Amino acid sequence: MSEHALETSTGLDSRKLAIWTFIGSECLFFASLISNYLVHKGKSLVGPLPHETWTDPASGQVFEPIIEIPLVTVGTALLLFSSLFVVLALNGAQKGNRKQLIGWLGATLLCGMFFVGMQVYEFTHFVHKGLTLQRNLFGASFFVLTGFHGTHVTIGVIWLFTMFILALRGQLPAKRAVNLEIAALYWHFVDVVWIIIFPVVYLIK
Amino acid sequence: MDAHETAHETAHPTPGTYAKIGLFLFVLTALEVGLYEGTYGDHAGAFGASLQPFFVPLLLALSAIKFALVAMYYMHLKNDSKLFSGVFVFPIIIATVIILGLVVLQAYHWAFATGG
Repeated sequence: MSEHALETSTGLDSRKLAIWTFIGSECLFFASLISNYLVHKGKSLVGPLPHETWTDPASGQVFEPIIEIPLVTVGTALLLFSSLFVVLALNGAQKGNRKQLIGWLGATLLCGMFFVGMQVYEFTHFVHKGLTLQRNLFGASFFVLTGFHGTHVTIGVIWLFTMFILALRGQLPAKRAVNLEIAALYWHFVDVVWIIIFPVVYLIK
Repeated sequence: MDAHETAHETAHPTPGTYAKIGLFLFVLTALEVGLYEGTYGDHAGAFGASLQPFFVPLLLALSAIKFALVAMYYMHLKNDSKLFSGVFVFPIIIATVIILGLVVLQAYHWAFATGG
């Protein structure tokens, strides 16, 4: 499609302008979710709590701090590396280097799938430890914020997987590299959102 | 890429530059976690307690640097059209104002409600 792109009043590819506009609107979407998390931070009346032990006064049941930094740190590092891998794949696509494109795109997909898997494990683990969407303000704001982010990552994995299939079929030549660039912009966006979520949710007490 | 696109876009960074940025991002993430462990970890001690007033500002500064690096180099805003930067940065400014506004407003109401 890129080789037949129409002239535009801005002189820019309209699809790139569209994805940037979409990303801009997504910034406001995540701002509302981050605000929601921050205004409810530390106001839960019952546990489990993110960083503190809580004892139920009625039953005497002890709820240990629920956040596990090491696992999330690995997920964060892999999401950051996936951003590196996708730009290397894009570099390969722009140069017409199919081997570089397929290799780095495959590595990006693996990192993305690991991140989603990490989040599924984390959510399941939290539910087993007594934290649900309805349990307290922390549970509600945490699951909504990280759940929406995880949904975005999942959509990104599916999008990049379609690019991977196109690359395998030889249908992503240099002249169509902008198609991968648009998917990569979305992928970088979910990465920068996590760059904010990671310290705000997991590190700041 | 079309001629009208190339008129507005310069060359993207090299794979070597991407790798250096990636390594730097990894180091910054390790610093964030190290800062957390040094301040609130099991072996934080007196030094950790002295770090606590600076913990949140330092963490936010590290995040801001990571955010800017990804946006400038991986999302190519440093080289692409300034229109893309505007379409991205303007909502970020609004988003920041929304977050700060709501947090300050909620803190005020919380202090009022609890008599603090």
